[in-house]
Amino acid sequence: MIADVNTIAVYALREALRRKVLIVVLVLTGAFLGLYGWGTAETFDAVTARPDEPLVREQTVVGATLLGLAMFVTLFLGTVLAVFLTLNAVRGDAERGLLQPLVVRPMGRVSLLLGRFFAAATVCGGYVLLVYGIAVLLTGTLGDFTPDDIVGPGIALAAAVVVVVGVALLGSTVLSATANGIAVFMVFGAGLAAGLMGQIGEALDSDTLEDISSVAAWVLPFEALYQQALYLLTASTQNFERVVITLGPFGGARDGGALLWPWAVAYLAMVWAAAAWRFGRMDL
Amino acid sequence: MAEPAPALSIAGLHKRFGRTAALDGVDLEVQPGQLVGLLGPNGAGKSTLTKIACGLVRPSEGAVHIAGHPAGSAAARAVTGYLAELFRFPGWASADEVLQLHQRLARSPGDDGERAELLARVGLSEARHRRVEEMSKGMQQRLGIAQALIGSPQLVLLDEPTSALDPAGRRLVRDLLVDLRSRGVAVLLNSHLLGEVEQVCDHVTIIARGTTVASGTPSDLARPGGVEIETEGGTRHFPDATREHVPDLVAQLVGAGERIYDVRVVTGTLEEAYLEAVAEPQP
Repeated sequence: MIADVNTIAVYALREALRRKVLIVVLVLTGAFLGLYGWGTAETFDAVTARPDEPLVREQTVVGATLLGLAMFVTLFLGTVLAVFLTLNAVRGDAERGLLQPLVVRPMGRVSLLLGRFFAAATVCGGYVLLVYGIAVLLTGTLGDFTPDDIVGPGIALAAAVVVVVGVALLGSTVLSATANGIAVFMVFGAGLAAGLMGQIGEALDSDTLEDISSVAAWVLPFEALYQQALYLLTASTQNFERVVITLGPFGGARDGGALLWPWAVAYLAMVWAAAAWRFGRMDL
Repeated sequence: MAEPAPALSIAGLHKRFGRTAALDGVDLEVQPGQLVGLLGPNGAGKSTLTKIACGLVRPSEGAVHIAGHPAGSAAARAVTGYLAELFRFPGWASADEVLQLHQRLARSPGDDGERAELLARVGLSEARHRRVEEMSKGMQQRLGIAQALIGSPQLVLLDEPTSALDPAGRRLVRDLLVDLRSRGVAVLLNSHLLGEVEQVCDHVTIIARGTTVASGTPSDLARPGGVEIETEGGTRHFPDATREHVPDLVAQLVGAGERIYDVRVVTGTLEEAYLEAVAEPQP
């Protein structure tokens, strides 16, 4: 089974390379990181030229906000990649006649699904870690800002994208390619909107909005993982700086707590099991 | 010594899609080294039957076995080669890469040599490193046939394998099928090309409206059509006569002073038998 999964994963990775998906993504990512570096340098130049504020270390606020922005874009790009690598994995490929010659081989449908999942998860997770790492490096070099936790946010962000891969794969067993792409982006958008709602709720001290946001974050754990990644950026920052960061556009960070990771793993396992069950019962 | 299990055994096969019965109790057997043609009008259930045999579609009822293994099981899939009616290979891959992928998935012990041999058998040696997206539809169909033969399967299921081929390609596939039979490989050929089926198949099953409406050898199905004798006075038709009656008929006519120019034993074609079998029953 491992050999079959490996064969399918290599096949999917080769497809991504040959179709120039990865090249396009890397070129566009290079453009984003270039602009990010430029913007970061300009912003920090402006901040250091100003007189010091007594209560707030501006470099921390600006650094956390800029890196938060970079993480949002990284999550978005990672999601785009995840969706495009998996949106037609099952029904889309079956409708085009690409799947049938593979499925009739002895490896079985579970191996095929696992292979597609591992290929997309590896590419998307690796991509997110790489872009996040470069963003941290740029922010540190050009702005003298280092997150309180360097590794944790990257891992949480990569895990968020892997959850999206799972959701898109499940979607591909039910919906055709276009419908699946639209559905996954809408779910992704709903998750982000819920996060912002929670931030507004926190500012307005509205328990209802915060509860809605919390429930959405648990139903869509990629959002909770994203919030966790943002939280870890400034986990040790306290006092007025913390308040200012929280009020910023990327300050809706929340500590997911001890149950976040077990829940994310269990959620992914459930999504994956549902995809395997659905695929196993499909007439092709 | 025990008889080997049939390469394909189908008993009481039913398949329903919602309220529509695609297959309604079909029985079929293909022995090793036998070439069976599966005929029927569009929507008769031929492709569904083929897909059930290779595990793509789950039957609603009935038993399907491949070389003694339940259809759809890993053991059954390991001895089956399949070419779908509507299939596609990834455009970015070369012919050689497609076959290599299928060699791995089929756990074929064959290596570079197997790929070269299969490509030669379908006339694609020159296109070995050509990308699928640069191939014509006919070439892709030939590649599909090569893919179905990876790992020397015991049973090959071909769903319209020549629909995109030119006459030379069709001839090549016919020769290939005959070669497979000589090697003991069982073939189920699903086709609309009756002439092709008539030429190569040992046995023909015609299904319509989800059930078997005729089954037998092509010559069994093609009914005799009498004897026609061309004489000075015109063509004389003896509808009940057979080949055995020809000498007596000729002797009678010559004895009666007729001059004979030609004698033809008329047989019905498979096409006629097919059209009769699939005709909608009169209310």
